[in-house]
Amino acid sequence: MNEQELRELISAVKAGRVSRRAFVHKMVGLGLTAPFATQLLAHAGLAQTAPSTEYKPTKAGGGGALKLLFWQAATLLNPHFAVGTKDAEGCRIFYEPLAAWDPDGNLVPVLAAEIPDIENGGVAADGRSVTWKLKKGVEWHDGQPFTADDVVFNWEYASDPATAATTIGIYRDARIEKIDPLTVRVRFEKPTPFWAGPFVAFWGMIIPKHLFEPYKGANSRDAPANLKPAGTGPYRFVEFKPGDLIRGERNPSYHVANRPYFDTIEMKGGGDAVSAARAVIQTGEYDYAWNVQVEDEILLRLENAGNARGRAEIVQSRAMEHIQINFADPWTEVDGERSSPKTRHPLFSDPAVRQALRLLVDRASVEAHIYGRTGVATGNFLNNPERFVSKNTKWEFNVDKANRLLEEAGWMRGPDGIRAKDGKKLKLVFQTAINAPRQKTQAIIKQACQKAGIDMELKSVTASVYFSSDVANPDTARKFYADLQMYTVGTPSVPDPEGFMQTFVSWEIASKENKWQGRNSTRWHNEEYDKIYRAAQGELDPVKRAALFIKMNDMVVEDVTVIPVVNRRWVAAISHKLKASLSGWDNDFWNLKDWYRET
Amino acid sequence: MGRYLLRRLLIAVPSLLGISVVLFAVLALAPGDPFGELASNPNVPPEVGATLRAKFGLDDPIALRYLRWLSAMLHGDWGFSFVSRMDVDTLILQRLPATLFIIGSSQVLALLIALPVGVYSAVRPYSIFDHIANLFAFIGFSLPTFFTGLLFILLFSIYLDWLPFVYRTDIGGSGWHWYWEQLKQSAMPVAVLALLQAASWTRYMRSSVLEVSRLDYVTTARAKGLPERMVLIKHIVRNALIPVVTLVALQMPALFGGAIVTEQIFRIPGIGSLLISSILANDTPVIMAVTFVFACLVILFNLLADVLYGWLDPRIAYR
Repeated sequence: MNEQELRELISAVKAGRVSRRAFVHKMVGLGLTAPFATQLLAHAGLAQTAPSTEYKPTKAGGGGALKLLFWQAATLLNPHFAVGTKDAEGCRIFYEPLAAWDPDGNLVPVLAAEIPDIENGGVAADGRSVTWKLKKGVEWHDGQPFTADDVVFNWEYASDPATAATTIGIYRDARIEKIDPLTVRVRFEKPTPFWAGPFVAFWGMIIPKHLFEPYKGANSRDAPANLKPAGTGPYRFVEFKPGDLIRGERNPSYHVANRPYFDTIEMKGGGDAVSAARAVIQTGEYDYAWNVQVEDEILLRLENAGNARGRAEIVQSRAMEHIQINFADPWTEVDGERSSPKTRHPLFSDPAVRQALRLLVDRASVEAHIYGRTGVATGNFLNNPERFVSKNTKWEFNVDKANRLLEEAGWMRGPDGIRAKDGKKLKLVFQTAINAPRQKTQAIIKQACQKAGIDMELKSVTASVYFSSDVANPDTARKFYADLQMYTVGTPSVPDPEGFMQTFVSWEIASKENKWQGRNSTRWHNEEYDKIYRAAQGELDPVKRAALFIKMNDMVVEDVTVIPVVNRRWVAAISHKLKASLSGWDNDFWNLKDWYRET
Repeated sequence: MGRYLLRRLLIAVPSLLGISVVLFAVLALAPGDPFGELASNPNVPPEVGATLRAKFGLDDPIALRYLRWLSAMLHGDWGFSFVSRMDVDTLILQRLPATLFIIGSSQVLALLIALPVGVYSAVRPYSIFDHIANLFAFIGFSLPTFFTGLLFILLFSIYLDWLPFVYRTDIGGSGWHWYWEQLKQSAMPVAVLALLQAASWTRYMRSSVLEVSRLDYVTTARAKGLPERMVLIKHIVRNALIPVVTLVALQMPALFGGAIVTEQIFRIPGIGSLLISSILANDTPVIMAVTFVFACLVILFNLLADVLYGWLDPRIAYR
């Protein structure tokens, strides 16, 4: 093979006509080593990681309309104001980050030329900086070139408190500098093993400097581009009606060859999740429906109908339905607050009670009868990606063992069948948000507790109150004026669990002092956990770091700070003909450019 | 007449003020936080919520916030949506056409059903037709719109696969194709609302015609030897319509209420679905604006009903 042929082959890979794997195979067949073959591609400006979907169309356009249904509609189109994932999805049609997370939790370049790592010098050995090389020849929808200035501007925009960007948490601790027109360096104050926060995935979409520069800071809400986005994405903006509709058309100058496949895109909002699933799986009116939070039984019934036109796509995620144990006393008021971190829970200070409770949660039944494919029973708090999952924990449902444990610890049944010790009765209040699967789960647990002589009162609170930060309301999850509570954490989540495991550090304990904004509602305080967490924050060796997170998971599980119930899955409905890859670590639209319809 | 109108309009001002005070107080005291979703998101620091609250003046006392809202409203500023970060009046104007179209067509359809059926039932009371009409009327107004809506979807979209159940504002094509698509997608929501209205109006029309046909002047008309057709159309129905017209006007605001549910079921981007999504998101400026629009509609249609009644029936005097 001569140089000319080799170059042709590389450009074929570039255009997507030949897969990377086929290229590497061919090179190995010619006597080259596989790493050298990949290097050849990398040198030619091709990404390290191959896109995880096979893309078959050989030209851009011609795919007709792509119809997407969201039961919660996007209400704004500036990624720095995005509140929920619904807004981020809407923005993702038009805007792109430097890199995205694929379903396995690996980074894939989008506006970056390559993913920085230690080998290519992108990631500094001291963990204090990361250098991103930007892709050449990328244009904004209005024809302006995309450069390092845009990237730097996004940091300035988001980290200005007056802008009130929801992304400020990602950007404020970093310093961004321009190295050359296509290179930027992100500097961190401390060694930061997880450097992929800024400019990556849902929090990292990049807006154009030339349209937003006059609207940085207090007048951010006046920017016309807030409602008329012009990004770098595969589709160009046509129309936006907040809460109802987003329309786009194919971007003819998109920076990836042969993409996108569809001529127009339509994102319709409103309604409810069940009928959204129907519109895709049963009637085929739509190609895709977002976040189909529907009982698995209904999904299965729709899918198994004879004329089903779609299916439920179930994606791994970190979302964790779990029960929290209150370590403070919710029934005594100290300094004007209940559940004060200064108090100790009268019943749960006995570890035997917590251990017994753990044995009384019938996770297998919860999975089988309530969540089905959409929630998998687990003994771990930290699930997914695989490299962070502990193998040291196990769980069981055993009423006899729970009874024995309580008996041994001196909790004896009274005449009413309820156990008591030192005049304290085992009576618990168990609260959660109003949501059918949660109330069913509560009932299953209450039943088992009754058999073990624990009296349980069930309480359910409207979600809009329960998850609010309303300081005046006693029923919020952070105030936790109950003995036990159950909800889901971890959506959306990046593959790195640092933020996720922060839930249990002592400085996050929710209290009156921090207006209940701390994230640790259990009020669990453990010096060793704090120490391990701090160590993980600065640990640059990924293997050692993963081990630390596993250790943290084991601690909260073994000490029964929480009782994991099910690891929930992200579910979307997809037409049988639509080829789309969804990621539990990023927006569903992380790879929208590669979506196509099989004919 | 002019003085009467002026007086009614002047009376409307304090009622609207009162309504706005109550609405504002209820919304301010209700639990929930427009930036609650930010608070539960681990990646958003609490300061963002605090900055936004300060920016939108949410931490000020209720009275101050009300006065600020009122003065802005008097200047024609409807407020700024927390959730969409855009002006509320733009949001409402975007949603208005769909609602007006659906409600308007359903009213027309309901009248087209109710008038002939009611009159015919009254002309032949206790006939088989009357019994059947009665039966359907009772079924019609005992079934709530969310139930008939789901029933229709199940039958026409899922079982028969004739009609789409997602209402789109962006249907492509033009000319006949567009009309056909529009007809298909609005058939179900319009029918749902129309059936509810037609049911009660049919009953009303029937009793009104029955009442009028017993009056002496009708007997006189018949005695003059006028053909029955003439008597029915010129003498009975004309007078029987008077109370029905008022009823139609008075029920208009209630119809907007019924449309809220229907809009949600069929995903019609009207002000009803805007209200629901704003309530779910605790977007108080939008809730305030939409409920206030509804309040204005109630007052306006009440006035309209009174004026129409007097115009149609000269026996009523304005004082």
